[in-house]
Amino acid sequence: MAITKEQVRHVAKLARLKLSEEELENYTKELSSILDYMEKLNELDTSNVEPLTYPVGNKNVFRKDELGISVKTEDALKNAPLKNDKYFKVPKVIKSNKK
Amino acid sequence: MRPIYSNHKEKLSKLISGELSLIDNVSYFLKNIEKNNHLNTFNFVFEKEVLKQAEIIQDKIKNGTNGKLAGMVIGIKDVLSIKDKPTTCSSNTLKNFNAIYTATAVQKLIDEDAIIIGKTNCDEFAMGSSNENSAFGTVLNPNDNTRVAGGSSGGSAAAVSAGLCDAALGTDTGGSIRQPASFCGVYGLKPTYGRVSRYGLTAFASSFDSIGPFANSVNDLSIILEVISGKDEKDSTSADEPVTEYIKFDKKFEKIKIGVPKEYFGEGLDTEIETSIKNKINELREKEFEFVDITLPHTQYTIAAYYILTTAEASSNLARYDGTRFGHRTKEYRSLIDMYEKTRSEGFGKEVKRRIMLGTYVLSAGYYDAYYRKAQKVRRLIKDDFDKVFEKVDLILTPTTPTTAFLIGAKIDDPLTMYLNDIYTTSANLAGIPGINIPIGKDKNGLPIGMQLLANQFEEEKLLSTAQLINNII
Repeated sequence: MAITKEQVRHVAKLARLKLSEEELENYTKELSSILDYMEKLNELDTSNVEPLTYPVGNKNVFRKDELGISVKTEDALKNAPLKNDKYFKVPKVIKSNKK
Repeated sequence: MRPIYSNHKEKLSKLISGELSLIDNVSYFLKNIEKNNHLNTFNFVFEKEVLKQAEIIQDKIKNGTNGKLAGMVIGIKDVLSIKDKPTTCSSNTLKNFNAIYTATAVQKLIDEDAIIIGKTNCDEFAMGSSNENSAFGTVLNPNDNTRVAGGSSGGSAAAVSAGLCDAALGTDTGGSIRQPASFCGVYGLKPTYGRVSRYGLTAFASSFDSIGPFANSVNDLSIILEVISGKDEKDSTSADEPVTEYIKFDKKFEKIKIGVPKEYFGEGLDTEIETSIKNKINELREKEFEFVDITLPHTQYTIAAYYILTTAEASSNLARYDGTRFGHRTKEYRSLIDMYEKTRSEGFGKEVKRRIMLGTYVLSAGYYDAYYRKAQKVRRLIKDDFDKVFEKVDLILTPTTPTTAFLIGAKIDDPLTMYLNDIYTTSANLAGIPGINIPIGKDKNGLPIGMQLLANQFEEEKLLSTAQLINNII
């Protein structure tokens, strides 16, 4: 197996996904077979190859620093699951971080 | 009755002469969508607005104040935003989401008087090759309802194929326009990366995603591309390249040299598809097209590099669906982290979770160099293959897919087999080049066969002009 169940559990935590035991089992199997296939890339010697991050010419794009119209508060809040008149509402962050 | 015109130019001239009524035409499409409800092509249909719009545009045509796409009825893949309309990405996460602005590509269609008839079904967040990963159900292939329409833009391809609209927009990250176009038997174009602004497109893999059209003719692909292309301040990756009329009936395109890569005709290719494409090559050779054998030696590494890079980008792009500012939020939670985890686990489907997991893994500490960095290097090698070949040939001709449309359920439980199906299409996205699917006939089961033409970056004019010439011959 290219990846263990414990590693999958760790990755799920990083990805903020809560997986059932059954899902953990399945993803361990599936990700292992996918990662085994990915090993194919190691057949290639890439020690002198520059990584390609972007398919077309990548030069920085600047724009003038001018004030423009941005999203209005009421529009930004339209799809909020929980809100008051000005803010998105979330559970208390400080309390939740207590170990 | 199915409208009688072969492309938009013809439709518009019939609308101008009065031979065709736009209101009748739009009503026909609405009725046909209802009749074909079982195909699951549309997530939403804008039946109330479109008839009103048809009246307004009919008047504009009468007064001669109409835009280029006046009266063209278009479906939009449900990953592109239209202000005050749902954008669900076929995901439960966004089931109640309404867009607060309109995607540039869609706005440009509206500005030229196209009629947007609805939002088309797709794989969740455009992740899939069969349109079986959708909260709105599997899209059925209009040619055979037991088979998949392809993905991820399956709804767009099937809608055009079944005559539910004149054209549709889709997105192509690894073949999601060309593959369903091939499976459904319509034309589909993936433009050069950056040719069309991605503003208002829900991001899947940002260095791969391209927006492009489906239609029943090369002419219509060309006119739509002409409208949606161009630099957009709202997307800094959109290309500042000249936008031209993409079909030129210039004699120079008859002297085109076309490369045929041996790696695309090997193991795994259906023999009927192979024979059919080789026959087309022979027909074209007789008509002055020059064909040469070429090699793209890193073809066998495209799938591995593609799935490492796109899942990595996806895992980052999909971090935003945490139930805070929009989308689904779980009912009960003890803490912020608990809210994130439950929300995301409830909202995403199986394949999306699988890709987030894979992408998170290849980016995680200790694995970044082995997988992600390695894949970026291989991406360079794959792009170099194309650069070398395009020094010698104008275009590349390949099959679009290794098989015709497969049966619903055949590959859904085996993700790797499903991924391998993208073998002929992912390379164009890794290299950022444009590609088109040209339907060339059917196999013995009556399923469409597609041929793919690829061009170098920003050579859509050469690509579309040649595709049109080829069409006139075969």
